[in-house]
Amino acid sequence: MVAPDAASAPASRSQRVLKVAVKRQADPAAPPRWERFEVPVEPGANLISVLQAIASRPTTTDGTSTTPIAYDSGCLEEVCGSCTMLVNGKVRQACSCLVDQFIDAGEAITIEPMSKFPVVRDLCVDRARLFAGLQRVKAWVPLDGTYHLGPGPKESPDDQEVRYALSTCMSCGCCLEACPQYNVEPDSAAWDHEFVGAAVISQARLFNMHGTGKVLKADRLEALSGRGGVNDCGNAQNCVQVCPKEIPLTESIAAAGRQSTVHAVKKFFSGR
Amino acid sequence: MASGARHRVIVVGGGLAGLSATLRITEGGIPVDLFSIVPVKRSHSVCAQGGINACNEIARQQGYSEHEHFDESIYGGDFLAHQPPVYEMAHWAPRIIDLLDRMGVPFNRTAEGQRDLRLFGGSLYKRTHFAGATTGQQLLYAFDEQVRRVEAEGKVVKYEHWEFLGPVVDDEGQCRGIVAQDLRTMQIRAFRADAVVMATGGCGLVFGKSTNSVMCTGAAASRCYQAGARYANGEFIQVHPTAIPGADKLRLMSESARGEGGRVWVPRKKGDARDPRQIPDAERYYFLEERYPKYGNIVPRDIATREIFSICVHDGLGVGGGNMVYLDLTHLGREYLERKLGGIIEIYRKFVGDDPAEVPMKIFPGVHYSMGGLWTSYEAKPDFKGLRYGAPGSMTTNIPGLYAFGEVNYQYHGANRLGANALLSCIFDGLFCGAGVVNFAREQAPAADAAATAFDAAKSRRETQMKELLGASGTENPYAIGKELGVEMTAASTVVKSGPRLEQSLETLGSLRERYSKIRLSDSGMWTNQTLAYARAVGDMLVIAEAITRGGLERQESRGSHYRTDFTERDDDRFLATTIATFDPQTGGSKISFEKVETPLVEPRKRTYGKVEGGGAPKAVASPHA
Repeated sequence: MVAPDAASAPASRSQRVLKVAVKRQADPAAPPRWERFEVPVEPGANLISVLQAIASRPTTTDGTSTTPIAYDSGCLEEVCGSCTMLVNGKVRQACSCLVDQFIDAGEAITIEPMSKFPVVRDLCVDRARLFAGLQRVKAWVPLDGTYHLGPGPKESPDDQEVRYALSTCMSCGCCLEACPQYNVEPDSAAWDHEFVGAAVISQARLFNMHGTGKVLKADRLEALSGRGGVNDCGNAQNCVQVCPKEIPLTESIAAAGRQSTVHAVKKFFSGR
Repeated sequence: MASGARHRVIVVGGGLAGLSATLRITEGGIPVDLFSIVPVKRSHSVCAQGGINACNEIARQQGYSEHEHFDESIYGGDFLAHQPPVYEMAHWAPRIIDLLDRMGVPFNRTAEGQRDLRLFGGSLYKRTHFAGATTGQQLLYAFDEQVRRVEAEGKVVKYEHWEFLGPVVDDEGQCRGIVAQDLRTMQIRAFRADAVVMATGGCGLVFGKSTNSVMCTGAAASRCYQAGARYANGEFIQVHPTAIPGADKLRLMSESARGEGGRVWVPRKKGDARDPRQIPDAERYYFLEERYPKYGNIVPRDIATREIFSICVHDGLGVGGGNMVYLDLTHLGREYLERKLGGIIEIYRKFVGDDPAEVPMKIFPGVHYSMGGLWTSYEAKPDFKGLRYGAPGSMTTNIPGLYAFGEVNYQYHGANRLGANALLSCIFDGLFCGAGVVNFAREQAPAADAAATAFDAAKSRRETQMKELLGASGTENPYAIGKELGVEMTAASTVVKSGPRLEQSLETLGSLRERYSKIRLSDSGMWTNQTLAYARAVGDMLVIAEAITRGGLERQESRGSHYRTDFTERDDDRFLATTIATFDPQTGGSKISFEKVETPLVEPRKRTYGKVEGGGAPKAVASPHA
C-alpha cells in the first residue's frame, strides 16, 4: 500500500520550520523552565506531530540534548479530551491545533501545561478532580442492572438533540482552565467544597433531563446547592467560549441554578 | 463459599469491552481492579463513529431477523469466524441496544421518539443504531458512568495511568495476576487475581499511521503472546476505505457517511484537474455503484478498499493523479448532515479546512481494525446455535484464567469485520462472557493466598527489563525504529500482499529487531518516562508484527481482508482454518499452524456481493510489487 500523503505533499513545502517554546517541569516539585525548539513540519501538521518530532530528536534550538517532552494524548481527533494544553496562552486541544497558520504568520508557538491542575511532568497534569466531580453529582442513570428489562424511556428528537450536545463533553477541562472561580487544588480532601466547574454542572443537567436519571435529581441539586456548587459561578462566561465541542455550558449553569433554587425552596418549606 | 468475598478479578483496558466486563463482573458479586494506560473515559472506543448493529422491529417486519444478522456477519467475514459465538452475539444484540437505551445513551430519534436507524455496510436492511456520528463515544460514556456508579459503591478500584507489563503465570500454567507499572512514579508491582480479562484493543500502531489512538500498540496482546498465549488470524487487518491522511494519524470518515447516502467517485477522465463541483454527473465514475449495483457504496470494507486502491494505483484515476478519491455528501443538505453526521463533518472541517456540505471530501483507505487477536475458545450449545451462558470456558485464552474480550479477542469477525459490529462484539463479550469469568473466579482457591514466588519473579523480570532499557548504550533511536516498522508493515501486510514481498518483510523485521537490540533512550529518568514506555512497546510490536507477517505468508489464499496476488482465490480445502501463531522463546519468532473452522450453521458460499464486471473496471487487483 502506498502512503497517500507521500504522493500528495509537494516537496517544496515539506520542510518548513516551526519555532516552539515549551514550559517544562521535571516533576511536581521542580521549578518550571523554558526550552526552545525549531521543528521541520509537513503541511497540514498539528501540534501533536510537532511534539512527536521533538520526541524523536530531542535537541533544543541551541543544540543542547534534552529529554522528550511528556504530554498526554489519545485519539488525536478531538474526541477523547486528553491533549488539553495552553497554546500561546489559550487553552485548547493540541491535536486540532494546526500549525500552518503560525508558520504563515511568522509566529512562534508557546506551549504550557494547564494551570488549574497539578503538573505531573512537563505538559501532563492530573485531572482526577474533574472525574471526582462527576461522582460528586452522581452523573449517571441509576441502573437496576444489566439484565434484559426492555427498552429505556422514549424521547423526542428535540430532547435528544439537547442531551446529545451535553453528552459530547469529553472532560478535557478547557472550561475549568478558563474559569476565574476555578483554582488549582492538589488536596483531594478539599474537592468536595471547591467550585465544581462548568463541565460537571452541565453533566448534572444532562442526567436531570433523562427519564430515569432524574430519580437522582434531588441528590445532584443538593451537591450543587452547597459550597463549591452552582452559586459559586461568577458568570464570567469564559467556559462557553473555550469549549472545543461548543457545548452550551452557560445554559447548563443557568438551568442548574434555577433547579437548585427550586430545590432549596422546596427543602425550606418541607422542613428537611 | 466462605472465601467468596476474597475473590478478585483484574480487567486490563477501560474501553467498551473492559468497562462492560467490569460492570458485569461486579454485578456478579466479585470486585474488580481495573487497569488502564489512560483515564478510562479517554479509551479508544471513543473513536467509533457510525453505530451499533442489531435486529429491530422495523427491519424484522421487512423480513430481517437475528439469523440474518448472523448470516451477514459470517458472509461478511468470508466464513472464517466460528459460527456459535457470532450466532449468540447477533441474538443478544437487540437486548444490548435496550440496555444502552436504559443507560441513557442519546440515540438519534424519529419524530415519534423511537430509536432512529441507518444503513451500514454489508446489509440491505437498516439495522444500525446511532448517536450522531460519535456513537462509540456515547456508548463508552454510558459504561464509564455506570462503572463510576459501582466505583462509588466500592466495587471497583481503578488503576488509571498504569500499564500492563505481563500476566503472572504460576507453575501449573495458570494466570494468577498481572505485573503493571505506574506510568507516573514508574513503580512496578505485581497484582493478584482469580481471573484476568484482557480488553486491550487493537494494534494499529504496528502499521504506523492508522485510525487508532496512540495507545493502540498491541503491546499488551504481544506480552500475553510472549508468555505463551496463542495469537490467532493476525494477518487479517481491516483497512477502512475512507480515512483522511494526516501527519500524525489517519482520521476516520465513518462508513455512516455512505450509509446515509454519501457517494464515492473519481473523474472519468484521467488527470481531470477541474474543481469537483464543476464536473458534471456523466463525467463522474461512481465505480462502487457501477460495479456493485445491489450494495453500491455500502459494500463491505475490504471490498471498497481494494476497489479504491485499484482505481488509484492501477487505473491512475485518483484525484489529481494521487491516492485520493471523492466521498461526496454535498447532495444531502447541510441540516441533514449536521443532525446525522455532525461529528465527522466537524473533524473534516477542523483537520482539512473544507466544508463537506459544500465540497466533496478527499479520502483514502487507512489501517483501522484487527480481526485477529488472542486466540480464545468457547463453549457452544449442543446444537451449535449459540453459547452456553455463564460457561467459564468461553473467550478464555489457552492460559487458564486469562480471558480476552473485545478487539483483542479474535472471535466474531472472521476475515473481515462488518461496520457497526465492533461496538457490539465488545459489549457482548463484556456482558455475556463476563458471567463466565465470575463463575471461573469463584471456583479458584483465592490468589490472595497463593505463594509469593511467581509474583516476585514476574515483577523482578520486568524491573530488570526496565533497567536494561534505561541503561542501554546503543546508537539506535526507538522512534525511528517504530516509524520504519509502520512503513514496512503498511507496505507489505495490508491491502495487497504477495509471498515474495512477505518474505522480504520478514527479513526487514529481522533487521529492525537486530537494531532494536542496540537502542538508546533519550530519557533515562524515573518519573513519567514516556520514552521508556514507548521503547518497550516497540519491542513488543516487533514481535507481534512478525506473527502477523508470517501468518500472511503461510496463508496461501485470498479471503476477506487478506488478498494475495499469488493466490487470488479463497481455498476452503486448505484454509477454512484459524491461523494460530505460537511464540518460540528460542528464536523470538512465531510458529504457525492452522486449525480447521467448522461451519455447522451456514455452509460457505461464494462471496461476491453481486459484483458485475465492466464499466471500464479492471477485473482484478494486480500486484504493485510484481
